[in-house]
Order: sequence, then structure tokens, then C-alpha cells
Amino acid sequence: MSANSPVGPQSALNASPAIEVRGLAKRFGKLQALDHIDLTIERGEFFGLLGPNGAGKTTLISIIAGLTRADAGVAKVMGHDVIADYRAARRALGVVPQELVFDPFFTVRETLEFQAGYFGAKNSRAWIDEVIESLDLGDKANTNMRALSGGMKRRVLVGQALVHKPPVIVLDEPTAGVDVGLRMTLWKFIRRLNDDGHTIVLTTHYLEEAESLCGRIAMMNRGRIVALDRTDALIKRHHSLNLRVRLIGASLPAALRSRCVASVDDTHTFPLDRFEEVESTLASLRAANCRLLEMELLQPDLEEIFVEIMRTDAMQHAKGAQ
Amino acid sequence: MSGFRALARKELLRFSRVSMQTVFAPVVTTLLYLVVFAHVLESRVQMYPGVSYRVFLVPGLVMMAILQNAFANSSSSLVQSKMTGNIVFVLLPPFSHVEFFCAYVFASMVRGLTVGVGVLIATSPLVELNVAHPLWALAFAICGSAVLGSLGVLAGIWAEKIDQLSAFQNFVVVPATFLSGVFYSINSLSPVWRDVSLANPFFFMIDGFRYSFFGQSDVAPTTSIVAVLAALFTLSAIALMLLHKGYRMRP
Repeated sequence: MSANSPVGPQSALNASPAIEVRGLAKRFGKLQALDHIDLTIERGEFFGLLGPNGAGKTTLISIIAGLTRADAGVAKVMGHDVIADYRAARRALGVVPQELVFDPFFTVRETLEFQAGYFGAKNSRAWIDEVIESLDLGDKANTNMRALSGGMKRRVLVGQALVHKPPVIVLDEPTAGVDVGLRMTLWKFIRRLNDDGHTIVLTTHYLEEAESLCGRIAMMNRGRIVALDRTDALIKRHHSLNLRVRLIGASLPAALRSRCVASVDDTHTFPLDRFEEVESTLASLRAANCRLLEMELLQPDLEEIFVEIMRTDAMQHAKGAQ
Repeated sequence: MSGFRALARKELLRFSRVSMQTVFAPVVTTLLYLVVFAHVLESRVQMYPGVSYRVFLVPGLVMMAILQNAFANSSSSLVQSKMTGNIVFVLLPPFSHVEFFCAYVFASMVRGLTVGVGVLIATSPLVELNVAHPLWALAFAICGSAVLGSLGVLAGIWAEKIDQLSAFQNFVVVPATFLSGVFYSINSLSPVWRDVSLANPFFFMIDGFRYSFFGQSDVAPTTSIVAVLAALFTLSAIALMLLHKGYRMRP
């Protein structure tokens, strides 16, 4: 399956990004769910959209998918405006919704066949068979949706997003409440789709998943994008590594206490910009008569960066509110 | 068009999967109306000359069943989908508003007409009924079911929970059908209530449908069909406008 077949005949659209969002705003009552967001996701990317609950991720996805209307701004999928050219935009997009929803009247195969029909997919039987097999749904194909476990229903949701072979696939927390087996099956399949040229947009609360899968990540908070970069650059953006030490003897000197980001009992963590800072930090500890019991050098991970970025944003927001 | 076909097929399969509830139960309920009302009023009431009350009742009951079930199909499908969240499956695809609307209305018409035919078959051992004008019968059955299918789409767009839909059904659809001349001729009413009945579009569907059986009616069938088509046009236009705006469907 190739993602490169054009959605429409217009060759000018071939150069357009997979998703392009300009000045997108949405308010629900007093809540500013999206605050004039700009975002471009290029074709073929595996893109992560991260943020705490209520950050605006699902609202952003809903507007791109045409499920919600924006108050202001423009959203395009493969160059097609989601309002003015909604039919082409929707054909180019497959969405796995966050909620575990299903139609209780139908079997797995019927569900997938109807969804393919809705998108006008012709001769879809072979592809539906492939989707069923790839998602390990073969022995459940003729089972009613009601009789499936949560994990199985999640697989069908993924299948429904893929039946019309969209070049852009959005997965809104697809592994929430899903066992390890399904996660591995799912990611293997999604990676294959990405390798075939499909653009993947993923929102997840499992940051290790985002770190291992996504080439680029946007972090959202309070309806804004607060960080946007390549995943590796994002991880290296703040500091390159952490030094964790367990001490006995004298208490931590004041100069070092201010640099410490975490202290639990006698274990302290120091963020370092360069490896060379290890020696100077240890020298400071020795000078303060601290005896080293254990020492560990840790690479920062996405979770740590995420927490840091959200904390910084919260502080800035609090300052702004004063 | 392929989107319309798939959505209409899904809607048809949806109600046929629970045909006991969506087809057979309304047929039995309507049959009970006939048995009870005919038993009580047969010897006391005659609406049209040469037509017994039992026979007079049947076309009205058939049309009432068509209308109520056409309404129930589109409205309950949309509201149930909204409540369970699976409405997303029909909001994500690239349906045009017309395709979306027509698929729901078409399935409603099929259910309404299926129940109507079921009522006719079920009442046939009890009542000998001849169709004087089959084409008029077909026209009123098709247009009437389309009007209520459209009203069902409107109710489905508006209602966000079963309670709201139930209110719409019990305070709008049921009174409008019961007070539309199913059980009587509006000529038997006082002038005031007769005029009020003439403002009820349901009356024209019942009266026109009855004309097609007996060749007699309270108003001319051409007047009735114009009124029914006007109702269909108005409701369809409102539903399509709301779908275009995304009212309560794409907030």
C-alpha cells in the first residue's frame, strides 16, 4: 500500500504538507481550548502531539478531522481546506478516535466494510482482509462488536481509520488501556504504514512510545504549542545528562543545592550541560566533605523534558496572571 | 453516491437486525388500535357514506404507522449514535450533506413503508379494503414517510439525549398524528377545530392516503399532496441547512 497516490488531480497540491494549521482558535464557553495555533506536519513524518489532559490535542485533531468547527484560522489536510474542500480533506485522513466507540449492530467485518463504503473505497475486500490479518482480528472477523474485549475493539477502531487507505493517519491515544501484546502489534503495523510513506500523527500519554516512534514532537499546554522540535533535539534542548549521587557525611553545600533538581533522602540529581561538568560537580562535593556512596550518569528522557516544559509553562502562566 | 449507498445500507441493516422491535411490534400495536376502536365504535359511528368505521380506520392507521416509524428510524439512529459516540463514524467520512440526509431519510422511508405494508397484511383478514387510486396511495405513502424521515433527522440533529427525543416524539409527533384525523373525519369537528386541523400537515397525509382507498376525502387530494410536498421541502431545507452549519453535530 502506497501513500503517495495523489488525493486529487491538482499537481500543485503534491507539494503541500500533510497537515497545515494556521491561527487555529477554538473556545468552549470560558475555556480557550486552542489559542491561535500554527503547525505544519510534513508528508511521511511520524509526528507526536503531547500534552496533559485538556491541553487541546483532541480539539486540534477534531478540527482537522472536521468533527469540530474552529472559531478562527485555517486547517488543511494534504493541501485541502477542511471546510471549503472538506470531502478531499476527509478522504485524505484516517482518524482513530480516543473513545472506545463501536456500533453494536454489526460484526467486525461489516463495520470495516461499511466504513470503506462511506469513503467510496472500491474493491476494498482484499485490503480489508489484510487489515484484519495485520491487526490479528482474523478469528473475530464475524463476531459482533459487542462481544469483543476492549483491546479488540481498539484494533477495529484502528482498522476503521485505515480502510480507505488515507495518506494521513491520526491516532488519538490509541494505546490507552491496551495490553502490551496489542501495543506491539499496533506499533509494528503503524511503523510499516509510516515506512510505506503514510504520515502518522500520534497523541499519547505514554511518553516512551512517543520517544521511540516519533521523529518530531509538539508539546501542547493550555491550547498552545509550548515546544516543537525533532525528538532528539527536544531531549537535548535543556541539558545533556543527569548526575545522580548518593551521599553520606555533610549536608549538600548551598551552591550545589540550588543546582539540584531532585533530592530524595540522601540521593540528589544534578542536570549537566556537558560531560566535563561531572568532575567539577564531584570536586565541589568533595570540598564540602560529602562522601560519595553511589554515582549514576543518566541520559534525560522525554518524560523528564515534558515535565520540565510543562513546569516552565505553568510558571510563565502564573507570572502572566499576576 | 457510493457513500449514500453504504450509509443507507447500514441504516437498513440496523433496523432489520432488530425487526421484532422496529417492524413487528408496531404492526401488532396498530392492529390493537383497529380491534379496540372498531369494536367500541363500529355500530355508533359512520364517517363516510357506505364505508364502515372499521374500514374507514384502516388507511389512517396504516399511514399513522408509516409516519411514526419513519420518524422513529432516523431520529433514534442519530440520537443513539450521538449518545454512544459512534456518530463519529458517519461524521468522519466525506459525505455531502445531501448524501447524509438522503441516506437517513431513505432508510426511514423503507422502515415506515415496511411497517405500513405489515399493517395492511395484518388487517386484511379483518377488513376487506379496496384501493381506488393506487398511485395516490403510493404517492402519499412515499411522501409522508419522507416528511417524517426528514423530521426525524431534524429531531436527531437537535436532541442530545433520549429524554429530549422522547419529548419531541410524545409532545409533537404523537399528538400531531392522533389529532390528524386518523380516527375521524375533520368534517365531524366544530369549525374551529376543523380549521386547526387544516394547519396540521399530518392531516393532509392521512386524508390524502384515505382518498386513495375510498375516493372520498375531507379535502381534495391535490391540495393534500401540495401541502405534503411543501412540508417535505421545508423540513428538508431546514435539515440540510443545519447539517451544512454543523449545528449540534460538529460543535
